[in-house]
Amino acid sequence: MVFLFYLLGGVALLSALMVVFSKNPINSVIYLIICFLAIAGNYILLNAQFLAVVHIIVYTGAIMVLFLFVIMLLNLNKENEPHKKLITKLAAIISGALLLFVLLGAAKGVAQIPFNENFDPEIGLVGRLGKVLFTDYMLPFEVSSVLFLAAMVGAVMLGKKDVKKI
Amino acid sequence: MKEITTVIQLIPLEHYVFLCLALFSIGMMGVLFRRNTIVILMCLELMLNSVNLLLAAFSAYRSDPAAQVFVFFIMVVAAAEVAVGLSILIMMKRNVNSIDINLLDKLKD
Repeated sequence: MVFLFYLLGGVALLSALMVVFSKNPINSVIYLIICFLAIAGNYILLNAQFLAVVHIIVYTGAIMVLFLFVIMLLNLNKENEPHKKLITKLAAIISGALLLFVLLGAAKGVAQIPFNENFDPEIGLVGRLGKVLFTDYMLPFEVSSVLFLAAMVGAVMLGKKDVKKI
Repeated sequence: MKEITTVIQLIPLEHYVFLCLALFSIGMMGVLFRRNTIVILMCLELMLNSVNLLLAAFSAYRSDPAAQVFVFFIMVVAAAEVAVGLSILIMMKRNVNSIDINLLDKLKD
């Protein structure tokens, strides 16, 4: 079972790299869906079942469909995208690798947190999370609905046809 | 079910940290690498997801459900962000007829 973690991690890393390097935006979306499914598998491995289900519904179900919809709507699935200069690409790769290097160096040895003595494998189940969400985090939950309302109004305003030219 | 709850005790937490840091770096590299705005938005999603996975891993290892609630709120914010970001992208396509991020440098001069 342990190898499952490494398999899912490898799939996630490879498909994340393919998101960046694939030419066609449609392929990027497909690879990102594969990456998200691998991350959802990791959630199941952590026994965070609620998060796994919500992740699949929200990300692969709603957000990626939104991306695909916009790509199809604006007819962006062409490969003649202007590319950055080679030196800029090289600088991007080098700075990404350096960031990874620094972060790994910073995190090495720090994260040796032992298991909680009273380890409870059931915290990720829907009932437990629901109790926490609707008692301790009631106010943030309600405020997030206001955030959704603001985002909805903003999206409608931005998407309207007769907006002044920028 | 029983098997799943025992398997995470065999994986050191460091490996989760390394995986998430690698995903985050790939996302940042993608933001710097591409000029296509829609791919840049996707790379932002990737970075958010790597942080979510890290929070969930710490939550499972510490047996603390608060972090998983926090992941839920991050997902809410990400959904709102994508809705606004994609409508900005549609505006951009309508006004400058391109989604090249390098065209948006009007604030520079």
